Parts: sequence; C-alpha cells; structure tokens
Amino acid sequence: MTIQSPKGRKINLAGLTRRLREDAKAQGLALISPTLLYLIIFMILPMILVVVISVLTRGTYGNIEYRLNFENYKRLIDPLYLRILTYSMWVAGLTTLITILIGYPLAYYIARAHSRQRSLLLFLILVPFWTNFIIRIYAWIMILRTEGLLNNLLINLGIINMPLDILYTPLAVQIGMVYEFLPFMVLPLFASLEKIENAQLEAAADLGARPWRAFLRVTFPLSVPGIVAGSILVFIPAMGMFVVPDLMGGAKTMLVGNLIRNQFLTARDWPFGSAASMLLMLLTLAVTLIYTRKAGFGEDLLV
Amino acid sequence: MSEKKPSLFLRIYAVFAYAYIYIPILLLMIFSFNTQKLNIRWEGFTFHWYEVLFQDQEVMLAVRNTLIIAIISTLVATVIGTLAALALQRYRFPGYTFSESLLYIPVIIPEVVMGISLLAFFALLGVRLGLSTITLSHIAFNVPFVTLVVRARLHGFDKAIEEAAMDLGANELTTFWRVTLPTILPGVMAGAMLAFTLSLDDYVITYFTAGPGSTTLPLRVFSMVRFAVTPEVNALSTLWVLTVFIILAIGQILQQKNRNINTKKERI
Amino acid sequence: MKTYRFIAMLVVLAILMAGCGGESKSDEVNLYAWSEYVPQAILDGFTEETGIKINYDTYSSNEELLAKLQAGASGYDVIIPSDYIVSIMAAQGMLEELDMSAIPNFDNIGDDYKDLVFDPGNKYTVPYQWGTTCLVVDTSKVTRPITSWADLWDPEFAGKVVLVDDEREVLGMVLAVLGYDNNSVDEAELEEARAKFMELMPNVRLFDSDSPKTALLAGEVWLGQTWNGEAAIAHSENPAIEYVFPQEGCTMWYDNLAIPAGAPHLDAALDLINYILRPESGVLITYDFPYSNPNLAAIDLLATEDPDTYDAYMNFAATNPSTEDMAMLYTIEDVGEGTELWDRIWTEVKGGE
Repeated sequence: MTIQSPKGRKINLAGLTRRLREDAKAQGLALISPTLLYLIIFMILPMILVVVISVLTRGTYGNIEYRLNFENYKRLIDPLYLRILTYSMWVAGLTTLITILIGYPLAYYIARAHSRQRSLLLFLILVPFWTNFIIRIYAWIMILRTEGLLNNLLINLGIINMPLDILYTPLAVQIGMVYEFLPFMVLPLFASLEKIENAQLEAAADLGARPWRAFLRVTFPLSVPGIVAGSILVFIPAMGMFVVPDLMGGAKTMLVGNLIRNQFLTARDWPFGSAASMLLMLLTLAVTLIYTRKAGFGEDLLV
Repeated sequence: MSEKKPSLFLRIYAVFAYAYIYIPILLLMIFSFNTQKLNIRWEGFTFHWYEVLFQDQEVMLAVRNTLIIAIISTLVATVIGTLAALALQRYRFPGYTFSESLLYIPVIIPEVVMGISLLAFFALLGVRLGLSTITLSHIAFNVPFVTLVVRARLHGFDKAIEEAAMDLGANELTTFWRVTLPTILPGVMAGAMLAFTLSLDDYVITYFTAGPGSTTLPLRVFSMVRFAVTPEVNALSTLWVLTVFIILAIGQILQQKNRNINTKKERI
Repeated sequence: MKTYRFIAMLVVLAILMAGCGGESKSDEVNLYAWSEYVPQAILDGFTEETGIKINYDTYSSNEELLAKLQAGASGYDVIIPSDYIVSIMAAQGMLEELDMSAIPNFDNIGDDYKDLVFDPGNKYTVPYQWGTTCLVVDTSKVTRPITSWADLWDPEFAGKVVLVDDEREVLGMVLAVLGYDNNSVDEAELEEARAKFMELMPNVRLFDSDSPKTALLAGEVWLGQTWNGEAAIAHSENPAIEYVFPQEGCTMWYDNLAIPAGAPHLDAALDLINYILRPESGVLITYDFPYSNPNLAAIDLLATEDPDTYDAYMNFAATNPSTEDMAMLYTIEDVGEGTELWDRIWTEVKGGE
C-alpha cells in the first residue's frame, strides 16, 4: 500500500510498518515520542521562558520590558536573599532529618510485621498520604491555636497557666512540615527495608553478631537507598514550600517559595522572581546530584 | 523480613507514631459536628455543617472541576507514561539519555518554579487560564511519575513470555494487548493511582494556572481555611478523608481477592 | 471489546470536558473579587432574574489581581480593584470604558463618591464600597486607651498584634508614624521606616489580609490593623472589639466595580454591575460585609426596612466615620519606580528571621 506524502513522494506504508517492526530503535522512538513531545512543550519550553525572563527588566507598572539586564542575578547575591535561601535549606534539612528520625523506626516496624498486619499498617500510612495536605495542616492549626485544643487540654490539666504561643511561630511551621512530609519518608524507607533478606540477617546472627550489630552492619547500610529516596522526596518539595509558612507561620517567615510567589503575584517583578527560581532550581539540582552520586538513586524501590 | 516479634520498644513507638499521625485527623472529624461557629470550644452535636456543605455551590463546583481534571490528566499521563516506560526499559535509541533525564526533572523541580513557568508560558501564548490549562499542567507533572512506577514494574518482567506468544504466531500488537499489558497492569494501575492522587491533591501548580470558574477542591479548601473558618471546612475534610479511606479499602480488598484467586489457581 | 469501551470512555470524557469548560458560553459572567466581599444572595438573585450564571473567583490582594491580569490570560468580566490600582490599570489600558447608559442605577451612588480623583468622570469604574484601614482593639484584653499606631510598638503587646498582609498598608502606616507621607519614595525616609518596622516585628503575631478578624475573635491577638468591615463584623460578634482612628491618620480606600479590557461577556458584566448598584443589593452588602456604603439609595432603604441595623451602621465609627475622623485619613497612591525599594524592604523585614 502506498500513499503520497505532502511533498509528493511516495511512501510505502507496508514498508514503513515493517521497518517499524524490525528496527528496535524506531520502535523505541515511536513509543517515547508522545511523552517526549509533551514534556518538551509543557516543561522545557516554560523553563526556557523563565530563563529568558530572568534576564529581562521589570517595567514601571510591573510588566516585562524586553531589555537585557543581569541586575536580577546581582540582586540575588545580596545577603538578604542568601539568608532567605539558607534559612529555607535549614528548614528543609531539619524537616528531612526529623522525618528520618521519626519515620525510620516506624518503617522498620511495618517491614517486620506479619504480612497481614503489614498490609493494614501500610494502608494506615497511605490514608493520610492520600488526604489533601491543606486539610491536614488545618487540623494542626485547630490544635495549636492560642485557644486551640492543645492549650485547652494543658490548661485544663493544670500543666500550664498561660496558653502556649505555638501557632504563627517557626516551631509551628516545622511541625506542619514534618507532619506533611512524614509519609513521603516512611514509604520509601519501608520499601527498602522490606527487601532485606531474612537470610542475610540470619547469616549475620550465625556469624555471632548481636542484634544491634547486625542492624548497624547489615540492615542499616542496606536501607540507605530508601533513606536517599525519602530524603529527596522530602527535601526538594520542602525547599519550595510556601503554603505551610503562610498558613501556620502567620506569613511572617519568608522562605524561598514565599519569595518567588511574592515576586510573581505581589511585587510583580517577574524578571527577579525568575532569577530567584533559577537559583532555587540550581540548588535543588546540585543537592540531588550530590546525594544520588553518594548513595545511588533508589528508583527500584518504587515497585 | 524476619517474622520474629518486634521488640516492645518498637511496638510502643509505633503506637505513638500512628497516634501522632491520626489524632489531628480524628480531631478534625470530631469537630465537624460542633455547633459553635468559630469552632474553638465544643458546644454541641449537629449535622448542620454538612447541610451547609452540600448547599455550598462553590464547593460542589470545585469537586466537579477537581474530578474532571484528575480523571483526564490521569488517563493521558498513564497512556503516554506507560509507552514511555516501555521505550526506556526495553529499547535503546538516539536521545535515550536525554529522554531519561527529562523524566527526572519534574521530580527535582520545586512545584512553585514549575507553576510560575507554566503561568508565564500560558501568558505568553495568550491562552486563557482555566480547566484546560490546569489539566495540561497536571499531565506534565503526572507523566514522569507514571513512567517511574511502570518502569519499576517492568524491571522484573521476563521477556520469555512475550517471545513465546510471538513464537505461537501473535503479532506485536496482540502480544502487547494480551500478554504484556495484563502482566504489567498492576504497575500501570499503581502509576495511574499515583497520578490521580497527585492531581487530586495539587495546590501549588493549580494555584498558578487556574482561571475563572476553574477552582479546584484544594484551592477551595485553602480559601475556606483562610477565611470562613467554620466547621464547614471540617465537614468537607471529614468527607474527603472518609472517601479516600473507602477507596483505598476497596483497593486493598480487591488486591486481597486477587491474591486469593491466584493461590487457589496454583493449588489447582 | 475492551478497546472500544476504552475509546468510548475517552470520547465521553472529552465531551464532558468540552461541555464543562464553560469559558466561552454567553450565559455566564466571571466575577473576580476579594473573598468575603460579594454576598452570595446578590449573585443568586442575579442568576434567578437573568438566568446568567456567575463564577466567583477570589483574590487576597490588589497586587494579586493586577498580576493575574497583567499575565494577560484572564477571562474575567467584572473585577473590584481599589483606587490606586485603577490608576495603574487605566494607565496601561487594561480597563474597558463603561457604557453608563447600561448602568442607570449609578444614580443611587451619593455625589460625594462620584468623579473621584483616580477615575475622573467615572470612565472606567463605579464605586462598590469604601472604607478605612485603621486600628482595632480588643478592649477586654487591652485596658488602657489606644489612640495611635505608635502604641502597637509597646513591648507589652509582644506577639499580640495583627497586621494586614499588604506592604502598601503596613509600610505606609510605619511612614505615617514617623511623620512622613505614606506614599514616600524618599530613600532616607524609607530606610528609617525599615528600621522602625523591624522594631515592630516581635509584636506581630501574624500578617493576615484575608480574615484578620479571626485572630481577634479567637483571642490570638489583642489589637492591630484591619479593614473597617472586618472590625465591624468582629464588633458585632464581640462588642469589646473597638475600631479606632489613630492620631497619625490611616488609609481611606475606595473599591470599585470595573471591567477588564477584552472581557468576554461585556453585556452580562454591565448588567451585573447595574444589579449590584440596586438599593436592595446595597442593603445585602451592608448586612454581610459592613464596610462603608456609597450607595445612598441603599442606606435609605436600610433606614426604612431595618432601623436597628441602620442605627448600628450609622453609629459605629468603622462603618460611618465622623467628619473629624475623616480629616485624619490619607490615601494610597502608586509609587511607580519606588515599588522595587518598597518590596525590598518588605522582603527584608519579613525574611529577617
């Protein structure tokens, strides 16, 4: 069967399909092209746009003027913005650390449970994971308010006299972040812990290792891919978070996410906001590369 | 993993950990029945706020929008994502490394950056913001996750079955449809479920790409939490949690049945 | 067969989505306004009468409105920008000129509120509500009289102050406390303001433009800066909450109904604006969101229909400021080139933790 291409050339359709069948490369390309095309249009192009905007100028009224300008990047080097960046890294890092500390024993417990119990336990972690995070944050606002449930409880029990000021402080933001990201850490940790073969532990025991030693020398190292995967899944979104500081921090804490959002929607300085976004992206890229190079990307955990 | 009983310490720890996770949610649900409008102290039991909720047109619109966006973006992302996974897992072609890296990018971009880039993109093209722009954006961040999950599933796939099918005379398409797809289906479904959740839950990217009349549930909940902090928010939250619970539970039961059927088959 | 069912499902969904997109239907109008500002009763009434459906999207600040519209991709028909934003938008050609013949209810607006400085001749806007952003005090928690913004800096109020999350309002207030113009772009003055603002931060419990009254009513804060309508609602729930016009003065603002250039449903937009200007609509607004109402016909209607609410409205300083109160008011104007400096200070102080 032959058809005519727009240029007038004859295309042998049967021949084309035959080539497609036999040529593995062509097959592969054909399969991946929809995704490739889609992501190039809706991800690469927008990002390129942001890079372009970052070297343009802000007009008087907040529109974009097409004048080349590297001022935006120079502005970023200012201690003010670097301080915001480092503070965000600190918060994100702390969140990652705390979720590891809280999540690891939990993941361990689930991994070691009997298989029927395990499904249930896993299910119980999935439910909050699937629930909208704003709702979960709101639950904490209800608890941490000055006249909220926690303070009411503590005052009624006579433990304190004056209500604790937790809400709208950095502490509240931290609590919110940890709560939000905990399932993201537990699930990859569980995935990697579950894979650890009984045989290896038994071998260690046979060789005379006590439980703690076996844990440190066998279990823990083998769970590192899970820790890495979980850390990436927590650290990166945490870096760009602006919702939690807004809702639980009383809009008093400025993290990088807030800064970028403000530049786009309040100060209407798109060029500067784009430059800040570039900086954030480079940072997360760097962190990801360092982390995965050191410990390997745990993609095989997502079975 | 060892079937030995975990230590007492671990068990107590687990109880506290689960309590930490669930107590806020349970409190949220309990207070959805509070009569006091400001929801600061418990005053009495009522279903009033659920009535308010169901009469709230904004919420109903948001629910409809959210579901439409989630379903469509999941469908598209699952289809092209699965194809991409197959491509990456089984073939080598020019541009392989580029494609693979491309798929990792959304995982490492903070959502706010992706959101603003899409806003700028749509603004440049003069596309009116609305359901379509949100859906297009959701597909963009869903595809990589679907691909990742399906690839993981393909990892352990034994090509021998496919070769056997082809030896028996089936062509590529039939083999794919009758042999490959059913086998990787759990992975595909898992990817689809993940995409569905991500879409359902998304706040940041939707925030930047939403337009008139295209409010989604997360946007609406955020608004409600900021302004009208009445128990209506609690009522909405409660229903959401219960819905998730039920859907997941059904999924679990089906999975369980599946396993039982398989074990039965083996016994036969 | 499975394939056919799958494709059929896709087709159905596509139809659903096309039908539900709704952006280009002519029997709809898209309203973009502050949240907690337009009573649902008005929207429902309009829909009942005309059959035109209303989509009500919200924003938390004028800047957000401006940013979304400047992105060029809107589709909104009716917006409610504040005075200085109208100037900015008009200068950029972002507003439709209003066909006043389609808005006969404009006559209901008091003469004092027509032909204002930011829109001479009412080419682009009609007034919606006006108001002030002044001091609010919970007198049950704060026993001594509070008369000026400077009181907010009192160490006694550490962690007990709420401010609106609006850099023009807050920094403007700080400048006023220092005795400067609230729209100053003088670098030295702004530098002083930055330092002064920093000093206030330990007292600020939160910034909230969306619902400052919540923090007050919940006992999170004792005093602060809020919109007059919020204060009025808070006062009605808790009479101990008072609204104060501080010595240094505070902001007076006008919010206006306007139509963005290129609005898809121009006729419906004009109809909606006309409907909102009815006396009955004005009464509904005052019930739900008691700001100051420029619709004198509505006020008259309120006096006859509901004397109690009318009295409350007239007697409460937040809704009905006296002439002495009014003398202390200043307005916000666009700072143009100074925006970058203002924004930098705002970022600095907020990011200073």
